[in-house]
Amino acid sequence: MAAEHSPLAQFEIKRLVPMDLGGLDVSFTNASLFMVVAIISVTLFLTLSMRSRSMVPGRMQSMAELSYEFVANMIKDNVGSEGRKYFPFIFTLFMFVLFCNLLGMIPYTFTVTSQIIVTFALAAVVFVGVTAIGIAKHGFKFLTFFVPSGVPFVLLIILVPIEIISYFVRPISLSVRLFANMLAGHTLLKVFGGFVIALGLYLGWLPLGFIVVLTGLEFLVAFLQAYVFAILSCLYLNDALHLHH
Amino acid sequence: MPQLNIADFPPQLVWLAITFVILYFLMAKLAIPGISEVLEGRQNRISSDLEEARRLSEDADKAKADYEAALAEARAKAHGIVSELKASVAKEQDASKAELDAKLSKKAKAAEAGINKAKETALSHVREIAAEAAKSTVARLVTLEVSDKDVETAVAASIKGDA
Repeated sequence: MAAEHSPLAQFEIKRLVPMDLGGLDVSFTNASLFMVVAIISVTLFLTLSMRSRSMVPGRMQSMAELSYEFVANMIKDNVGSEGRKYFPFIFTLFMFVLFCNLLGMIPYTFTVTSQIIVTFALAAVVFVGVTAIGIAKHGFKFLTFFVPSGVPFVLLIILVPIEIISYFVRPISLSVRLFANMLAGHTLLKVFGGFVIALGLYLGWLPLGFIVVLTGLEFLVAFLQAYVFAILSCLYLNDALHLHH
Repeated sequence: MPQLNIADFPPQLVWLAITFVILYFLMAKLAIPGISEVLEGRQNRISSDLEEARRLSEDADKAKADYEAALAEARAKAHGIVSELKASVAKEQDASKAELDAKLSKKAKAAEAGINKAKETALSHVREIAAEAAKSTVARLVTLEVSDKDVETAVAASIKGDA
């Protein structure tokens, strides 16, 4: 099987415009291309649909308003009124991940969120940002976050390290969740696509039917993972702001 | 796995940073204000419309109360007029009845007087006729001239005896 037909070939980075900035590789790759396409799509979607600014929204305007209110309610329910300041960031994060996931559903496109480094960078920004907000707000008291209240001292010896580990694992779990979902879905689609060709006209219909069902599931996963990424960011932000345990 | 090729990390991180920051500013400065303005405008419109509807409904309630009050007043007035009219009609009727009664009793009295007079006249005539008859009868039976005075005395005595 040639490398070109491997189920993982779709995840390969191709340098479309090789560039170098003081020894740093800043080439414009296929991943870069779809990041740009994603942010242009998000911007066009949210501005063109709101152009008419009608009292009674049409379909597109409804969708734009719905995404706005979806994220706004997510922050209101999970963080509270203090989270309003962080709405632009969470909204950007949600829309970016959602559009990268959805663009990846179009055949022959590149799925940016199937790159572990991209999802990890996003998760790391959330983790570092949230930790910085917590320390800026509570100072030294932020460390009490790792000490569960109402627990005997002996148990604290075990629980505090667990809390600390679980806190630092957050960016990894957050990034791997999105990455693994995208990777698995797209690989599976490609593998079953290969089966369609391999089994031919008689038995090829079975994997084809499976691909149809899987495509529907993948659209759900695209939405769900963007939602999960955004809501977990909200929960982490809530922890940093309120330190409750 | 192609995702773990470390040589591919720098261009992705650089372009992720560029695109994400651009998107953040586009959202914060362009898209979010646009949407929130429309949503706020709609919210204001809805609340002002609700306010207007509430005001109109209050006006309608007030108009209904006014109408009912006017209706009750008119009804009371009409009732008053009717009872007044009834009273005045009854009074008038009483007056004309009393007048009629007086007239009738006067007439009855006059008629009674007439009857008494006629009776008296008749009674006096009865005497005369009786005297005449007695005189002529006596004259036929006894060819004897009886003086009017004697006859009259006799008749009066007989009537007195009868009475």
